[in-house]
Amino acid sequence: MRKIFFILLIVISFVAKAQETMHPMAAQSTPVLIKNGTMHLGNGLIIEDGYLFFDKGKIVSVGSGAYDAPANAQVINAQGKQLYPGLIAASTNLGLIEVSAVRATADFAELGTMNPNIHSLVAYNTDSKVINTVRSNGILLAHIVPSGGYLSGTSSVVQLDAWNWEDAAYKMDNGIHLNLPVLLNRPGGTDQVKSGLETIEEIRNFFREAKAYNMEPVHTKTNLKFESVKGLFNSSQSLFVHCDLVREMMVAIDFAREFGFKLVVVGGSDSYLIPEVLKENKVAVILAQPHSLPSAEDDDIDQPYKTGAVLQKAGVLFTICLDQGFGYWRQRDLPFQAGTMAAYGLTKEEALSALTLNAAKILGIDQITGTLVAGKDANIVISEGDLLDMKTSKVTKAFIQGREINLDNKQSQLFEKYKAKYSIK
Amino acid sequence: MNRLAIILVSAILTISFQLAGQETFPLNDVANPREGCTAFIHATIIKDSKTTLQDASMIIRHGKIENIGSALPIPKDAVVIDCKGKYIYPSFIDIYSDYGVSANKTEGSSGDRGRQMTSSTKGAFGWNQAIRSENVSSDLFKVNPSKAKDLRAIGIGAVLSHQMDGISRGTGTFVTLGLEKENKVMLKEKASANFSFDKGSSTQDYPTSLMGAIALLRQNFLDAQWYQTKPAEEGINLSLQAFLDNRALPQIFEGNDKWNDLRADKVGDEFGVQFIVKGGGNEYQRIAEIKATNAPFILPLNFPLAMDVDDPIDSRFVSLADLKHWEMAPLNPAAFEKATIPFALTSTGLKELSSFIPNLRKAIKAGLSEQAALDALTKTPANLLKMYDQVGSLEKGKLANFLITSAPVFAEKTVIFQNWVQGNRYVVKDEGWKDRNGIYTLTLNNETYRMELKGDAAKPKILLIAKDTLKSELEMNDRLVRLSLSAKKDSLFKVKLSGVMSEERWNGTALFSTGKSAIWVATKSSELSLDADTAKTKKADSPFKNEGVVTFPFGGYGSQEIPSQETILIKNATVWTNEKGGKLEGTDVLIRKGKIAAIGKNLSEGKARIIDGTGKHLSAGIIDEHSHIAVSGEVNECSQSVTAESRITDVINPDDVNIYRQLSGGVTGSHILHGSCNTIGGQTQLLKLRWGANAEQMKFSNWDPFIKFALGENVKRSYYPSSTRFPDTRMGVEEVLADAFTRAREYQKLGPTKRKDLELEALSEILNKKRFITCHSYVQSEINSLIKIADRFNFTVNTFTHILEGYKVADKMNAHGSNASTFSDWWNYKMEVVDAIPQNAFLMQKNGVNVALNSDDAEMARRLNQEAAKSVKYANMDEQEALKMVTLNPAKMLHVADRTGSIKVGKDADLVLWSDHPLSIYAKSELTMVDGVIYFDRERDKKLREQILTERTRLLQKMISAKKDGEKTVPAAPSFAVRNYCEEGCHDGTSLLDRLENRESSRSSTQE
Repeated sequence: MRKIFFILLIVISFVAKAQETMHPMAAQSTPVLIKNGTMHLGNGLIIEDGYLFFDKGKIVSVGSGAYDAPANAQVINAQGKQLYPGLIAASTNLGLIEVSAVRATADFAELGTMNPNIHSLVAYNTDSKVINTVRSNGILLAHIVPSGGYLSGTSSVVQLDAWNWEDAAYKMDNGIHLNLPVLLNRPGGTDQVKSGLETIEEIRNFFREAKAYNMEPVHTKTNLKFESVKGLFNSSQSLFVHCDLVREMMVAIDFAREFGFKLVVVGGSDSYLIPEVLKENKVAVILAQPHSLPSAEDDDIDQPYKTGAVLQKAGVLFTICLDQGFGYWRQRDLPFQAGTMAAYGLTKEEALSALTLNAAKILGIDQITGTLVAGKDANIVISEGDLLDMKTSKVTKAFIQGREINLDNKQSQLFEKYKAKYSIK
Repeated sequence: MNRLAIILVSAILTISFQLAGQETFPLNDVANPREGCTAFIHATIIKDSKTTLQDASMIIRHGKIENIGSALPIPKDAVVIDCKGKYIYPSFIDIYSDYGVSANKTEGSSGDRGRQMTSSTKGAFGWNQAIRSENVSSDLFKVNPSKAKDLRAIGIGAVLSHQMDGISRGTGTFVTLGLEKENKVMLKEKASANFSFDKGSSTQDYPTSLMGAIALLRQNFLDAQWYQTKPAEEGINLSLQAFLDNRALPQIFEGNDKWNDLRADKVGDEFGVQFIVKGGGNEYQRIAEIKATNAPFILPLNFPLAMDVDDPIDSRFVSLADLKHWEMAPLNPAAFEKATIPFALTSTGLKELSSFIPNLRKAIKAGLSEQAALDALTKTPANLLKMYDQVGSLEKGKLANFLITSAPVFAEKTVIFQNWVQGNRYVVKDEGWKDRNGIYTLTLNNETYRMELKGDAAKPKILLIAKDTLKSELEMNDRLVRLSLSAKKDSLFKVKLSGVMSEERWNGTALFSTGKSAIWVATKSSELSLDADTAKTKKADSPFKNEGVVTFPFGGYGSQEIPSQETILIKNATVWTNEKGGKLEGTDVLIRKGKIAAIGKNLSEGKARIIDGTGKHLSAGIIDEHSHIAVSGEVNECSQSVTAESRITDVINPDDVNIYRQLSGGVTGSHILHGSCNTIGGQTQLLKLRWGANAEQMKFSNWDPFIKFALGENVKRSYYPSSTRFPDTRMGVEEVLADAFTRAREYQKLGPTKRKDLELEALSEILNKKRFITCHSYVQSEINSLIKIADRFNFTVNTFTHILEGYKVADKMNAHGSNASTFSDWWNYKMEVVDAIPQNAFLMQKNGVNVALNSDDAEMARRLNQEAAKSVKYANMDEQEALKMVTLNPAKMLHVADRTGSIKVGKDADLVLWSDHPLSIYAKSELTMVDGVIYFDRERDKKLREQILTERTRLLQKMISAKKDGEKTVPAAPSFAVRNYCEEGCHDGTSLLDRLENRESSRSSTQE
């Protein structure tokens, strides 16, 4: 243990040096006009040869043709370039973990099984070396999600250009996370379905008591766990249930119905089997990892690629995520995972909406972001080509709340360092 | 005392009576010699599968058959048994049993106890605890009355029994199922030498994998050869001596699965041994390959039970392969008969022994001839053990081991009455021995009744009629009978009868409900006429129905016919040649006899299948330099730091659906590697993804062999802090390498009498530049060290794989002459990759290193073209150079670029037709071909999906009906055979099983 810690110290002190010139930007003080670009608004619409004017962090005007910007405005000519709303990572442990093999760098799963009261935001590390590599591919907002136990905790949405978690906070405590027991029996194993359902009954009891607690005119004793889920009962928070199988999703729907919770399924590998049920019950889905193997041996070989299209067609509100294992550094592949869905049934604009407007709706931030529309935050990405295709995606500029962020990262700096070693221009 | 106990006691009494002649055991009684002469007359005697005698007799004496035939004189001292209407068969022989041999106790898995490098067996034995050649089952054998009874009940009279434990299991002993002293029931002390791939109760670390088990077995053969020269340095090694001593015996190998059967046979072939293979029941799926082994087989009748698939959520994860096997498993023995492969049958592998005969009947309904079935239970097993002179048929002089049955032995409802072993009678079932059915006249209290007995001879139904039909119940117990009668109309008429049955006349006393008693007598007046009962029996006899077909591979995406080579002309495509011509627009490519025959404009070929490539892109097939798909068992032989003797080539699994999935991503070649658990892992295998072929056919022919090495955190066991395996630091890793090559160099200097050491042979091949290294490595220090080791021992490190810090020492790698196979953009998942950058491939390439991109992951392997595109994105690499990183460059580093990896006349037609620019996220492979055979066709794939749906639906319905019809079921078993290996300990959530386990493990870690 001591050995690992020692190695860690050395490495961290080394890597920290490499990145020390990259810093968050000050609030927007100069208005900016981006002109001549192809604007992908995030709501399905495209404006060719359009303009986008933003000031004090907010989008003022979007349209086609010319815009009469004030004289002090910075003008960016986006001729031949593509504009997008900032992409949203809808479920990630970015900033909660630095190196997955090193336990000391992990802050995403708390001890115990019923921890709705723990808050992911307070552990979010704005200095993670991973964050800059993610935003340089156009991901500007992230939903930071705890895992572990059954009630894993409370999540928040952050913007990815911050000095500390306080100014990173974009929407605080927007969701409570339920990591559902696996409801599938396997040969030789115990009856997981039965024990899982028993556990779920315990969790129901927790919420029944929480509801009763809410009814107390005065609390004689404060219960932090019950306090933390209050927002679920007035729908200011959503319940995010992490599950994949049909049986699990059905149980989750039944669960949410009992308490009238807003339900979001995270994972949903088999959601394509019940799109009508999801639609009817107004369940949103954060679909895990389109770049996955099919769930079962005989499934269509491209099933995970085309599940998004099934949900879209049925009118289910959905986005995608990389929610497990390597779900921090791999977030930078999020646009390409959406690109794959566009190759398998979605239109490109639908795939884009999944990562922008849909995600914003699911996270409860669509009033302030998710599309390039006047009045919303100036969260903007400019790419040389199609952002969803790695062949063409090259992000040249990005703005968070109107601040033009530094697109450099530890990796591009190491690239420069070794280009120097080998005298490569 | 119950009846069973009476039979048992009488059997034991018989035995003591029969102790005749001279013997060493003292007697606590007076001598009581018996001849044991019994004559069975008027029987239908089946001497063997070809000879049936009607109305014949058999005389036995002293446990042997004295005479057999028609119209034999009956010896005066014979006890005569009338077997009219009955059948006599040689009793069955099961040569795969552990009857009477107790199992070894397992002391928990090796993971629980820390390291164990050598055997814990005490004594002058070999180094590995799973090699138990010295084990002698006859020493362990003890008569087990209750197990013997169960086996006799299914017709078995003799078994070859061995302790089923370990890889080399020592000798089996051939015994009868009699209850006499062990000395008498043992027919042959050492009748076989037994083997398996299962280390059994061994607590030693090595081997941890199937490939390690195979390597161990192979080395054991070599060590035994060497031991014959009496090497002084070995001293006495009783394990090797026993192994040598047992070589003359029949060699039996437990394969238990079609591919393992082939693996076992292959090892046997290497050392001139023809194993008798114990199969697993799925051999019909690859019967041609099974036939080609020339091995005789021992087959189980372990047909799977139907699953409970009423709930679609459960049935969703039951694989088509499992559904099909449920339907087709009974075909297995018939497939052997049809292919004329010799086989015996065994009762081992059944959950319940009582299902043996019913399953055998299923096999017969599925096409196995009764003659072949009988041979497989008698003559074949006897012959395999060279015991046919004593057992296996009914001949003069052979053991009196036989069955008396009610009807032909395999017929539905036939009852085995008696199973005679070595001349002793063991009753299996008494009821029905006498068929009392018929019409009787019952006289009671001067009234006569007509009494009919009919139905099952063992439990006949009774019908009594006087003026009206009486309600009657019958209970028979050996020779005693009880009847109760009551009149339907006259409720006061109730009477209980009790008495004795003799042949044609029953009599006894009666007690009326009034308290009055009387005498009754019943005499048989006539036989029953054949009535509806027989028709009823036929109805219960449901036929075997199979609508399934064997596909290659056996499962969802298999086909009855493997696609074959075609002449194909692709017209007007954008052709990425990877050659000097670069990317050619509007170009035609002709494929003939598996090769690229022509490239140009306006090509024509009369007989060719024309494929319009307009708007499409043709590239060389993708080659994945680092893959772990298509492997049976563990990919790591993790027990020791050097396991160069283990070979991936031994454990290729052609059924892995990931092969097909990867074809759909344009992959035509995969280099299958040992894992990265130890410094010198194991030998690798390059495959061409010939979906549907067998393991041998899938291997890339005539390629330079490779071996996997690994450095860094994995081999240091960094994530297993309690591990005590050397080494624990990169300092130690370097010395493990130096030591290994020093030993290999010294090994090379040994004379011709040296012990052939497969580990050092492999290392020696590296020194001789006959085998090449692909080394899992990350940080610059370790890359540098391995280069220095290689320089010191005068070889080149062919490939550094993963190599995420390669960019830091790309100049050194280039100077050394290494290739690099890396991830496009993986990083930060462990300490040794915190400096990984997505421009790594580009920087190494700029330094002149030949660079490939690999997957190490069954999921990502389907998108390697997109991984290549990331170098365009992150480092502005030229597009054609980027695509080469997943096609030509890996071909070069695997030494096969003369045959594949680019589009050039004369090269193998390993090609992909893309719907779009191959570096684009929107590109899909429309056709993927290997050697000009289209193994993936997106149009055909649609049809396969429909077929899968149709076939799954049919089989699920069939299972549901089977359950409704009262068949036993087991819970639906999800099949998660599919696994994708990536970095050790990685659970990236890209497969369902991984996702479910992640959800659970996040809990277990928090609950600790």
